[in-house]
Amino acid sequence: MTVKFCWFNLMPWPDLPDGFKTEHRSVWVDIDGSLFDPERANGVYHEYMDQLEFADELGFDGIGVNEHHQNAYGIMPSPNIIAAGLARRTSQAAICVIGNSIALYNPPHRVAEEFAMLDCLSGGRLVAGFPVGTPMDTNFTYGQIPALTREKYYEAHDLIMEAWTNPDVFAFDGKYTQLRYVNCWPKPIQQPHPPIYIPGGGSIETWDFCLENDYNYSYLSFNGYLAGQTLMDGYWNRVGEMEKSMSPGRAGFAQIICTAATDAEAEELYSEHMLYFFNRCLHVFPGFADPPGYRTVKTIQAGKLDQFRKENQALFKRLTWKDLVEGGYVIAGSPDTVRERMEDMIKRLRVGTVFCLLHMGNMPDWKTRYSSQLFAEKVMPGLRGIWGDEFDDAADWWCKPMDDRVRPEDTMADARRYPEAPKGPVT
Amino acid sequence: MSATDTAPAPTFEEVVITTRRSVTAPVRVYEPASADVAGTATVLALHGAGGWLPGEPVLDGLVAAGLRVVAPVWPAWSEHGDEDRLSDMQDFALHGWDVATEMDLLSGPGELHLMGHSMGGMIAAEMAALAPQSVDRMALLCPAGMWLGDHPIPDIFAMLPYQLAEVLFADPNVGEEVLTGGADFSDNATLTRFMVARARQQGMAGKILFPIPNRRFSERAYRVTVPTLLVWGQQDRLIPPAYADAWQAALPDATVELVDGAGHMLPYEQPAAVVAAVTAHLAG
Repeated sequence: MTVKFCWFNLMPWPDLPDGFKTEHRSVWVDIDGSLFDPERANGVYHEYMDQLEFADELGFDGIGVNEHHQNAYGIMPSPNIIAAGLARRTSQAAICVIGNSIALYNPPHRVAEEFAMLDCLSGGRLVAGFPVGTPMDTNFTYGQIPALTREKYYEAHDLIMEAWTNPDVFAFDGKYTQLRYVNCWPKPIQQPHPPIYIPGGGSIETWDFCLENDYNYSYLSFNGYLAGQTLMDGYWNRVGEMEKSMSPGRAGFAQIICTAATDAEAEELYSEHMLYFFNRCLHVFPGFADPPGYRTVKTIQAGKLDQFRKENQALFKRLTWKDLVEGGYVIAGSPDTVRERMEDMIKRLRVGTVFCLLHMGNMPDWKTRYSSQLFAEKVMPGLRGIWGDEFDDAADWWCKPMDDRVRPEDTMADARRYPEAPKGPVT
Repeated sequence: MSATDTAPAPTFEEVVITTRRSVTAPVRVYEPASADVAGTATVLALHGAGGWLPGEPVLDGLVAAGLRVVAPVWPAWSEHGDEDRLSDMQDFALHGWDVATEMDLLSGPGELHLMGHSMGGMIAAEMAALAPQSVDRMALLCPAGMWLGDHPIPDIFAMLPYQLAEVLFADPNVGEEVLTGGADFSDNATLTRFMVARARQQGMAGKILFPIPNRRFSERAYRVTVPTLLVWGQQDRLIPPAYADAWQAALPDATVELVDGAGHMLPYEQPAAVVAAVTAHLAG
């Protein structure tokens, strides 16, 4: 199998003020509305979408978007809108929507429909993510009852999967959703369904759910790979216990990456933007991080730390560039340095998919492109083959596009043509 | 000397019942010292989201006034679990009646009164709306269950532990002591136990209180024809006294008693005043 690299943009708001952390309670949920400037957002959205298109041009295997609400480090409440734009202007990379918080859609069948649309539009390039969702998004912003969130999530999952795989019209009698006629129209190109990724923050129930359904488990954390190893070791231990294949394709990880000509240049170019991210974007009021009932008793007893616990918040406050790099929060440096550390990360965590966070915080466009290009040209090629050909089932965790799909580069110019009647008799 | 050596003997007997829904729950039974048990009025008392404390001064006070008190421990506040069997307001209210049935409270010659504090008041009110003919009188201590746009209730689910006392008690210093019970949170096992209890109990409370503690009781309030006393702490900063007026307006037969020197944890802050008001009301 080859390692898949997905260029991921969280879409942070780039203008949080210097005193944000002391003058504002939280970057999320009750973020000050006056900090958002809609006219500025016009340029910001286009810049971020341009970068995702550039990542397709650079040869990344995937381009990724996700869903957050009332959040100044992720101004993408509807990732499907961004994905639709990308499906229309790119032709190679997988469109990784990681993902839709399925318990928040009413009815969740909406996700089956929109993802099917994206799969058709992109020619089968969709990678479909189904997060349970953070408490900030799911409970405090979208009002779901914490203790019932997981149950509602599983029910939404069952509805979507049946909508994609049951060829007949069927009735769905759920506790949270009742539909007399479920009939997903359109249907996805990828059969029986697009690859499913479950982004997790550390709930151990999620492991069994992924393994029972053979979904990819992707640990999305900003704490870096060294901190992520304990959790991923737990996951792989569970894979073994459930006697599943040990293919790295089962797992993904999100990593912040900064590539430059030299290690020193990396610090010079990117340090301020990383500190912007850790000091301002992750300034989440701790009261929003763990509403009672959201984490299960099993997860609490297992002592799994989630990324927004108070002690981690406190930790971020003290972080310097050196801490970020040495602690593995950020993999930064020359192409050689980055390659070496990425190899270490991929092997330690045993992952087949890497969500590459190459734009972070308030990083300007040119630096984002510079880091991304160096990574694509000088780092990525040397990492793809890490797992050799031992695991050929990895294709099960990646999209399978149509060969003869519509390609924007062929059709873009043609889209605005004026009518020309076909030759021959007019019908 | 351990804490158990100094703890006073409980003033109640605990029985463990299993309802017809298959929910297993402990129930505290407080019997008056010398009473004609057959004809004694019973108060079915429902606790708030904090659960029962080892000592409950209001319940003891009612017993001293000659009342029998039956005080179920709600699922999630006991070690028995079964909280997954109750999902919404209807389940909660029916569970209250299931307990009453199991405890044989519906067939006795004595009167049956309902009392509830905060979340427990919300459940008691719903029980009375479901079966007003089964209730003689009701006392609600600063019940949850309504929402006034002009008086938004602070979001306890987004509060850090140290912020609670300020909102719940007229005197936050007293509150700190009641809330922590002297536990040492620097100990990991204690912290984990606390976090598990919080997840279970407040998670359960969230089924009827999150994100807005309003499950449309006001649309059913017309059914609560039983004489109802609303007792409210004048310094209640969680559900402020403006809600007493709203409840009184919604209920067909309600009176309000405001208690000075009490916040939302009224039964622990001014138990004597609560006992006096409730016993007078229940006596008719």
